[in-house]
Amino acid sequence: MHRLPRHRTQWEIDEQTTLGAAYVRSLMRSQLRAGIAAFAVLALPVVTLPLFFAALRNATVVWVVLGFGCYPLLVLIAWWYVRRAERNERDFARLVRGTDPPGTP
Amino acid sequence: MNEAYAIPAVAAVVLVTVLIGGFGLRISRTTSDFYVASRTVGPSLNAAAISGEYLSAASFLGVAGLVLVYGPDMLWYPVGYTAGYLVLLVFVAAPLRRSGAYTLPDFAEGRLESRQVRTVVSVLVVGVGWLYLVPQLQGAGLTLQILTGAPRWLGGALVAAVVVLAVAAGGMRSITFVQAFQYWLKLTALLVPAFFLLLAWHRDGGAPPAFPAVPDLPASGAGAGQPIATSRADHPLYATYGLIVATFLGTMGLPHVVVRFYTSPHGRAARRTTVFVLALIGFFYLLPPLYGWLGRLYAPELTHTPDADAAVLLLPGRAVGGLGGDLLGALVAGGAFAAFLSTASGLTMAVAGVLSQDVLPARGVRHFRLATVLAMTVPLGGTLLVSAVPVADAVGMAFAVSASSFCPLLVLGIWWRRLTPPGALAGLLLGGGSALAAVTLTFAEVVRSGWLHTLLAWPAVWSVPVGFLAMILVSLATPGSIPPHTSATMTRLHLPESLTVRQTAAAAEGGSTSPPGTKSTPSGTSTPSGTSTPSGTSFPGSTSSTGSTSTREGR
Repeated sequence: MHRLPRHRTQWEIDEQTTLGAAYVRSLMRSQLRAGIAAFAVLALPVVTLPLFFAALRNATVVWVVLGFGCYPLLVLIAWWYVRRAERNERDFARLVRGTDPPGTP
Repeated sequence: MNEAYAIPAVAAVVLVTVLIGGFGLRISRTTSDFYVASRTVGPSLNAAAISGEYLSAASFLGVAGLVLVYGPDMLWYPVGYTAGYLVLLVFVAAPLRRSGAYTLPDFAEGRLESRQVRTVVSVLVVGVGWLYLVPQLQGAGLTLQILTGAPRWLGGALVAAVVVLAVAAGGMRSITFVQAFQYWLKLTALLVPAFFLLLAWHRDGGAPPAFPAVPDLPASGAGAGQPIATSRADHPLYATYGLIVATFLGTMGLPHVVVRFYTSPHGRAARRTTVFVLALIGFFYLLPPLYGWLGRLYAPELTHTPDADAAVLLLPGRAVGGLGGDLLGALVAGGAFAAFLSTASGLTMAVAGVLSQDVLPARGVRHFRLATVLAMTVPLGGTLLVSAVPVADAVGMAFAVSASSFCPLLVLGIWWRRLTPPGALAGLLLGGGSALAAVTLTFAEVVRSGWLHTLLAWPAVWSVPVGFLAMILVSLATPGSIPPHTSATMTRLHLPESLTVRQTAAAAEGGSTSPPGTKSTPSGTSTPSGTSTPSGTSFPGSTSSTGSTSTREGR
């Protein structure tokens, strides 16, 4: 097949066998789960905050939350996501290497 | 403001930018492959470059101006500009880098294997780029007017000329150092004066400024006809949500943002770079609201003029005064010009790349230069037509179009195997097209009041779901046209590079295998190895061997 690693190490993936496709699907699922989890942590407060601010009518709280408080939180979510995504990839690499068909270089 | 200091500061920024650009050009010529060389750049420097390109006039001037006039609700702008990178990180960053796509049209064609989709994406990229360029030029005009009293069009024309010259000459290639330098310059230009402003504020008694609960809109005067302000006053909560949706989801599709992601060596570095970008941008955005806050004390009369964007420029002179105020004002002015230049050149590069490849009939250096001129002329004309929109609001409209067209394309393209070319076309045309139409109607001031006006001024809330739904439903209805190589493409997008390093030497050198539809035609001003063109017109990594392979096999 074209555009894919031609060596036999990840034979199933390379040759797009059913098993190989299942491997890739499982990786995509775990990565998508990580992404959706991070997005949910971001989206839930963001969706509710404007309503909360409108009900509260306290400008100081808005200044503190939007002006300062949210930025460290954003970096924190990003950092957590990157760790989890990289762990997913490491686990996947271990899985693929561990199931190399015998006789591969 | 004292011109004696400000004009040299602006001139110095322009000169240093051009010089570093020219110097970097020479380095990149002697390196065997410019993009391979730039892949040795670590995430922190690369992140400074991305941030430098991203922090535009809207960030530097616009946020403070809006906060000054409308109060803390406008803080959603900087939060959205930053959080957009988080959404980009969790859904797009690594797969986009692994796709090997250098521009959005490249990605669309590589993933969907359709020329038609590529054409529509190209048109939208040009539209978003132009929408984003207009406020940069407006900001430049405003800055120069305040510095020297020059007519409003002159500053825009000046930035346009510098950018066109630099980009057309090839001196402003995606050179990491220029953009990284611009980030630190912009940060310094706001951070140092902010320190002195706070000292002055403390000396003056330290009373907090009073923001009225209901912002006193410019009821009369030049700002009255400003279309977005009236819609915000009518339905503030809806406007806030419109702004949130547009900025959170629109960042990933901005043409100059996508181009930058290819400079990461691999998907993992692309992710780490994005975290650095979040930190750098977040740190920068602590400052503009402070200027808006202090502006309410020291320049309250700006709320009644259309020029609230000038707050950042005027504050040092007002609050500190004397020689110190003049020097700090010059620093701020220099930083503002760095903002216009870096973002405008990045956007012009992206738009010109698309124009020269997908719109103009022939390719080559001369046509890339022609495309550069064209890419800048249209927004320059737009600057003269629409002058009353604050820069941050105008930028928000570009985000809305990007969020309703490119966000569905990228997210579904990366995560959903059943996306089909007809589905993508439907989503792009219905989502992006309707957002673009809404923005145009708002600028043209066809509808001036009521709910319809508000809906058109903040389209993202309805146009993003329209884009996603159209893409999903039409794709489900056309299961027969799923691209034949979808499975292979998905593998490439998501497989970590550690599993794909054992490839042919050429592909390994290029960092990734090349997607279908790769054109190995060197267009624009090609780098010596032919690996990539600065105009973003071909996939980096499409060295002649892999390029021909994919052309043979992909089609």
